[in-house]
Amino acid sequence: MLWNRTRTLGASLLAAGLLAGCAGEDGGVQSQKLSTITGRGKLICGVEGKLPGFSFVGPDGKYLGLDVDVCKAVAAAVLGDPAKVEYRDLNSSERFAALASGEVDLLSRNTTMTLSRDAPGGNGLSFAPTTFYDGQGVLVPVASGIKDLKGLAGKPICVESGTTTELNLADRMREQNIPYTPLKFQTSDQTFAAYLGDRCVAVTSDRSQLAGKRTSFPNPDAHTLLPVVMSKEPLTPATTNGDPAWADAVRWIVYGLMQAEESGITQANVDAKLAEAKANTNQADLRRFLGVEGDFGKLLGLPPDFVVKAVKAVGNYGEIFDRNVGPASALKLDRGLNRQWKDGGLIYSPPFR
Amino acid sequence: MAPVPPADLTPSPKPAPKPPWWRDRRVVPWVVQAVVGLLVLLLIAFLMGNLIRNLTAAGLLLSWRWLQQPAGFDISESVLPFNAQLPYWRALAAGLVNTIRAVLVSIVGATLLGTLVGMASFSHNGLLRRLARVYVEVVRNIPLLLQLVFWYFVVFLTLPNGLQAIQLPGVVLAKSGLYIAGLGEGLRWMGPTLVNGVWQAPVRLSVEFGALLTGLIVYSGAFIAEVVRGGIAAVAKGQWEAASSLGLSWFATLRRIVLPQSLRVIVPGLNTQYISLAKNSSLAVAVGYTDLYSVAETTLNQTGRAVEVILVLLGAYLTLDLLISALMNGLNRLVQIRER
Repeated sequence: MLWNRTRTLGASLLAAGLLAGCAGEDGGVQSQKLSTITGRGKLICGVEGKLPGFSFVGPDGKYLGLDVDVCKAVAAAVLGDPAKVEYRDLNSSERFAALASGEVDLLSRNTTMTLSRDAPGGNGLSFAPTTFYDGQGVLVPVASGIKDLKGLAGKPICVESGTTTELNLADRMREQNIPYTPLKFQTSDQTFAAYLGDRCVAVTSDRSQLAGKRTSFPNPDAHTLLPVVMSKEPLTPATTNGDPAWADAVRWIVYGLMQAEESGITQANVDAKLAEAKANTNQADLRRFLGVEGDFGKLLGLPPDFVVKAVKAVGNYGEIFDRNVGPASALKLDRGLNRQWKDGGLIYSPPFR
Repeated sequence: MAPVPPADLTPSPKPAPKPPWWRDRRVVPWVVQAVVGLLVLLLIAFLMGNLIRNLTAAGLLLSWRWLQQPAGFDISESVLPFNAQLPYWRALAAGLVNTIRAVLVSIVGATLLGTLVGMASFSHNGLLRRLARVYVEVVRNIPLLLQLVFWYFVVFLTLPNGLQAIQLPGVVLAKSGLYIAGLGEGLRWMGPTLVNGVWQAPVRLSVEFGALLTGLIVYSGAFIAEVVRGGIAAVAKGQWEAASSLGLSWFATLRRIVLPQSLRVIVPGLNTQYISLAKNSSLAVAVGYTDLYSVAETTLNQTGRAVEVILVLLGAYLTLDLLISALMNGLNRLVQIRER
């Protein structure tokens, strides 16, 4: 009897697999998401939640950080109010399922863009423009005297499971033929707790994350980042392939923040710039960008002045960077690759045309 | 006294009127079963339809080809030989073996601990009896996840490392694990040695494994102690009295007379505890032990095949639990009273 039941269950699972394999394609590309969000009156944004500089809860109980500001900018552009965001803390393993199931509208959670995550055969995500170009680093105690990857031979290394970090570590160590023991934990809290408990001689993650976490260590100066950069980690907000119109809206809101910096539009002067654009009919670029003329907003299903709303809420890309992770923050990261293209960086918005 | 008239044994000429079908014992159970069966089928069909519809909409159809692709990640401790170039299914198999290893050792440990504590709660020694109560009540009222985190971060990770490690002849207990002497390379006897600041030994158990085992044994032991206590309490008091009138000691009474009889009550309860233990082992990921769940999680993230990986997980835990259940049912048949 038991065996029969097991077999029946197996058969039905198998049947489900076969059926799913034969099922046809559903060809709708309507933006359900935008109308859901406007109907609901708030944006649900998936964030890390415990990462200083990117998304964490400040002393006053409010979410802060670069990733959080992206959520706020999108909420401001779509709903006209940066406060209309509900944040969901997601760990590395939950994030894609939460996005795919529609539990969150937008994933703004230091997620690396990769082929397999983007491809329809993989996670089926749709990536917005990269908001932070990062690389994988290794944090070790200064006292350990370790200077490079070779120094980690035969030693345990703490890493968060379900991240690109885990794979890059395996690849780099394999290339250089260095034996090591990966100790995997489900959350970054556990990973760093094990590192601080001296179970591992090193912890590896994105360099920005290591810098951010280090600020909350009991003794930050006792730990140092190795100079090695093990991978490219373009941290990028994401939506699903299921709703291309929503993905486009998010993409151009983020580009709007970058273009605003390039055009010299800041949180402080955006109103003045808008007045200038309205008064001066010759400034065609500025007028289109700020929604005074043309129908860019409408093309995306957004209000015509969505860029104005986003910049008024959180400032332009440069302001967001400086405030959260740059010189004005505890992380004090250099703009590095995240400079505007004109200054030799990778931040480049396509034309608003 | 008037003679009792003989009972009328001839069947009445008219059979009792046939009851309507909704009161017919032969019909009603079938109807009820058919309705319930239909509802279950409808529910399954709805869930499956939902799954297929949404997977199709999201462009994610079930596929199993990823099982053959190289995993690309390492497993920190594995009984099966494993490296990053081997395919995903080998990684999942290594995880499954790690899970089974933890479950088997925990079952043995928890049974021993639980039986001792269960016996102790009948001891004549009041201190021992109260200690057993305190252990059971404290342990079973704290969530297992918390206990695992406690054992790992508070107990095991505060062990000394390197040269300061606890060293006994042939055995070293350090922050990185338990190292035991054994036959090493070339079948030479080897003790634990410190190489480049890292302990090496033929037999090595990681602290992650240790924390998981300790957590599972202590937690399940408390529940098993209660099952054993219930079983012993179920044996008639007369058996104790008869045994003591024969001059048997407390321990001999328990071991020779009471425990064998109480097994009838204990074994079905143990079955439940063993199954819980097997499922609870999936909390290993909280303390960094690479069990099946941990490997599956990494696999899920790298391949993005959420539904398939979850199906594999469901199937593996279901099979493991059904196996435990089948074994325990066999044991149960052995210990039942056999009519002669």
